[in-house]
Amino acid sequence: MRLPHVLQPVAQTRGVPRWILISGVVIVAFFLILAIFAPLIAPYGFDQVEADGMRFAKQASPDSQHLFGTTVQSTDVLSRVVWGSRTAIEVVVLAVVFSLAIGVPLGLFSGYVGGRIDRFLVLIMDALFAFPYLLLAIVIAFLLSDTFGQGVVTAAVAITVVYVPQYFRVIRNHVISVREEPYVEAARALGAPRRTIIGRYIFYNVIQNVPSLATLNAADAILTLAALGFLGYGIQPTDAAEWGYDLQRAIDDAGAGIWWTGLFPGLAIVLLVTGFTLLGEGLNDVINPLIRYQRIPKPDIPAAARPLEVGGPAAAGAARAATETRAHDPPGEVNRE
Amino acid sequence: MSDGPVTASTDTEPVLRVNDLRVWYGTQDGDPVRAVDGVSLEIKAGETLGLVGESGCGKSTLGRGVLGLLPDSAGVEGRVLYRDRELVGIPPKEMRAMRGPEVGLIFQEPMTRLNPLVTIESHFMETLRAHEPELDKEEMKRRSLEALAGMGIPPTRFKQYPHEFSGGMRQRIMIALALVLGPKLLVADEPTTALDVIVEAQILGILADLRRNFDTALLLITHNLGIVAEACDRLAVMYAGRIVEEGDAREVFAEPAHPYTRELLRSIISLDTTGLHYIPGAPPNLIDPPSGCRFHPRCPNAMRVCPERFPIEVPLAGGRRTECWLHGPADEIPPGGSEPLERQEIALAEEA
Amino acid sequence: MESAQLERSAARGGGRGETSRADPLLEVRDLRTLFGLRGSFADRLRGAEAGSVHAVDGVSFDLRPGEVLGIVGESGSGKTTLGRTLLGLVDATSGSIKLEGREITGLGEAEFRELRTRLGIVFQDPHASLNPALTIGASVGDPLRFHGLGGSDEERRGRVVAALERVGLAPAQQFMDKYPAALSGGQKQRAVLARAIILGPDILIADEPVSMLDMSVRAKILELMLDLKREFALTYVYITHDLATAKFFCDRIAIMYLGRIVEIGPAAQIYDDPKHPYTQALLRAIPEPDPSRTVPRDLPRGEVPDAVMPPLGCSLHPRCPRAFEVCGWESRDLRTLLELRWTQLPEEEFERERALIGDLDVLDEPATECVLPAAPDGAGDDAAEVLERLRAEAPDDPFWKGVASTDVEQGGVRVRFRDGIVPGESEADAALVRCHLYDDAALAKARKP
Repeated sequence: MRLPHVLQPVAQTRGVPRWILISGVVIVAFFLILAIFAPLIAPYGFDQVEADGMRFAKQASPDSQHLFGTTVQSTDVLSRVVWGSRTAIEVVVLAVVFSLAIGVPLGLFSGYVGGRIDRFLVLIMDALFAFPYLLLAIVIAFLLSDTFGQGVVTAAVAITVVYVPQYFRVIRNHVISVREEPYVEAARALGAPRRTIIGRYIFYNVIQNVPSLATLNAADAILTLAALGFLGYGIQPTDAAEWGYDLQRAIDDAGAGIWWTGLFPGLAIVLLVTGFTLLGEGLNDVINPLIRYQRIPKPDIPAAARPLEVGGPAAAGAARAATETRAHDPPGEVNRE
Repeated sequence: MSDGPVTASTDTEPVLRVNDLRVWYGTQDGDPVRAVDGVSLEIKAGETLGLVGESGCGKSTLGRGVLGLLPDSAGVEGRVLYRDRELVGIPPKEMRAMRGPEVGLIFQEPMTRLNPLVTIESHFMETLRAHEPELDKEEMKRRSLEALAGMGIPPTRFKQYPHEFSGGMRQRIMIALALVLGPKLLVADEPTTALDVIVEAQILGILADLRRNFDTALLLITHNLGIVAEACDRLAVMYAGRIVEEGDAREVFAEPAHPYTRELLRSIISLDTTGLHYIPGAPPNLIDPPSGCRFHPRCPNAMRVCPERFPIEVPLAGGRRTECWLHGPADEIPPGGSEPLERQEIALAEEA
Repeated sequence: MESAQLERSAARGGGRGETSRADPLLEVRDLRTLFGLRGSFADRLRGAEAGSVHAVDGVSFDLRPGEVLGIVGESGSGKTTLGRTLLGLVDATSGSIKLEGREITGLGEAEFRELRTRLGIVFQDPHASLNPALTIGASVGDPLRFHGLGGSDEERRGRVVAALERVGLAPAQQFMDKYPAALSGGQKQRAVLARAIILGPDILIADEPVSMLDMSVRAKILELMLDLKREFALTYVYITHDLATAKFFCDRIAIMYLGRIVEIGPAAQIYDDPKHPYTQALLRAIPEPDPSRTVPRDLPRGEVPDAVMPPLGCSLHPRCPRAFEVCGWESRDLRTLLELRWTQLPEEEFERERALIGDLDVLDEPATECVLPAAPDGAGDDAAEVLERLRAEAPDDPFWKGVASTDVEQGGVRVRFRDGIVPGESEADAALVRCHLYDDAALAKARKP
């Protein structure tokens, strides 16, 4: 896969950061597979309460028929977890895509032109950012549910609003420092139109942080979605399975000693959030050189044949002995770039 | 540099003595970068040694290596003796105690080396408190003002902040800070590169006074041969991690022994320059330097022996030394080795 | 190489008054570029401006086709801002720049854009001048893309290859797909030159093109630039602080100090017979790689002052060894002199003297009349005593020529200075100099009491 040049360091990771990155990728990939192939993997539908004419048991503990047990509504927990993956991934991917599509261009533009437009946008974004995010998401979800219903899109948009300011901010600040760079000035001096400067000279140099930001935001978005579902403002239960909603339903069960209705959705949330976080942190370690921690071992330096003294004829003899070894180095290719 | 064995008198005892120092940087996967590959030198009290070379020759690494300021991935072998005390491998705590009162360092960019949140007075007080806590406040203030006055900074500005001074004054403050503890050895790494020509001249004047008044030994690292001529007693030329020539500054300028020194001097553009001259090719890769003499691919005087055998250091008249087959020793050159080397044309792509 | 220099200096004249062979390519008149400063928090709340930096403060010169004009100055001289203003990267505050008779200050971005094909640019830092996210081939070819020139992709690629080979990055294929990080400083600067010439400009503005390169590489790049000049009939504006390379490279040189051109003339004359004291100082300060030439330097004291409130009269006067009566003496000079003296006194004496004087900050307001305040509990005589000691120490200091009178008052000493004159341009041989030493009217005025 040919990465854009600025993301090249990803291919060169080693050691701990590499493992972080790989674990993150594995976990996220696992859930992606669950999401994409949900119809094939889930034994039943997300709201299926019977099969072969027989209704499922209510709150049955895990057995061969229902590996994760059933809920009080007789739905299969395993299936709901798998279908829930699809919901989570759908919502989060949509939200991240929307946020990027709005936040990045706004940040680019605002950072480059500066002035009143910039001040105005920053004010708005800071205000949004200052809002308690869950409250904001609830309000937006609430407002949108009248027009768009309580579906995946509503949830995605609610989450988008919460995260746009972050992308805006990060990109804008980076743009402000990059736009003073000599190569941007040179582009201006050579007659580049503004859109080319932003799109070709600034864009590629400010997006290094975006992949890790996006993945970390995705982690957060999963939690926000679950919170929305938990509070009842998330996805309509009849539309799709959602882990947060399941958790809310599982509260009553806990008192009765029914652990499987809460544990598995909860585990799924934790696992996916961890996966995205590992991915994000791994990317961050790799792309951001200041934070990058690389353990480079000290090299082994061969000792001189005999300890050398400075000056005098003895030195020549000692130097000869030491250099004898070096002169036998294979005459290497002169390696020049 | 002494011609014979070092005498016992403290006058001629070198303040700094480096023996076959090698600093290699580890790389992620692959062979290490041989930044400093066997350097030996000596500096006496009150003497200024200029260490010159172009980018990538290892001179900054050498300066930092002497002070123990290398990153973790750097391997160090060899000996660095400060007044007969071995610095390579001493515990970091001891090294820290020495930095300041014994060995001082002046960096290249004075704008960024002073703490912008703290007054000049605080800088000095902190330094003195850390290293000479037995002094009382009055005495500390007196020492500080004295050091600053020596640099032309008026006492009325003692309580100002770094941003209130210009770049040249900040560099002078840095020098004053380095000197207030009275170190015997100063390492200055490109101290005037970021400064204007008139300020540079002022600072060079100050550094010259140092030799006279304080008996401080100074290792001046720079790529600017002009200031070396003005400010240094002796000169060492570095190329690809090794010192290829060393000796009295005047003599080296007048009659360079090593072809690299000669070509470097010729390529300087000064007020007398009438024609452009440069050295073809580019400085070598320090991971895999050329075989034998590292300068041979670019040397106009290369001989057959040059790529085959590493040159042996040869003492020259007047305490000078150089590493070049042109100066022998003749009995080490195999028959036919003195013939001119047929060099390949340096490809255009390999030009710097 | 050797004869080229002689050829060039013989061919051109100096100054502005002479008739030139061809019409000037650029005519700059009274150019001013000021940057507003943001003041304190309170000022900002009120929306008040806190003064401005006079980066370029009244610059006039012509650029003749085919010549190399050097703009030489230290940091703070305004040379970089001048370059940027010529390129339209910074708006001029007032004055005029005419490119072949056409006024270019005040042009909008769009109109300026088509003119940019005639201006090439080379900046100082080769490591920062190329977009790190683009390959060399892409960077060098971008000017074609910006202006929609060069035809098809094939043709553009051909032009990029030609440009790369012309600057010595050959075989071009080896460099086209590399990223800037893989090239050395000298190679990067060559790529920057390739990008600068690919559109076939008439004027190349180079701001310190070689100062960040090693000594042995500088000569290569300068030689390349000379080659390009010959082959493409370019005209250069060469901005630098390095007088040595400027001497070699330029036909005419303009020396800048604090936003103004203090001397402009043919290169040979500037070096052989510099007129302005600042030019003389610059030349003396250059470290020569010849150890036998350690002559005493007699350098101007102090440093380049603040460009927000430049010294009155001639901006060099506080530092100039040859300043005299009408150069613009003012209150701040008194403070400078006092502080200089105190630097040289042992601490106890300094303390004693300092105690006799009150708050020195009153001297920071530039004025031709001021009061050196005595300490609050002291008398004017105390301040007078300090002033006397100052004078006794160096009675020949140019400062005293500018002092018209000193009167002891109750709270201190009232010092009146002679009125200063801002120097205009005077002719001195083939050069134009901004210095009263060459202005008969100013000299006459100085002699009158």
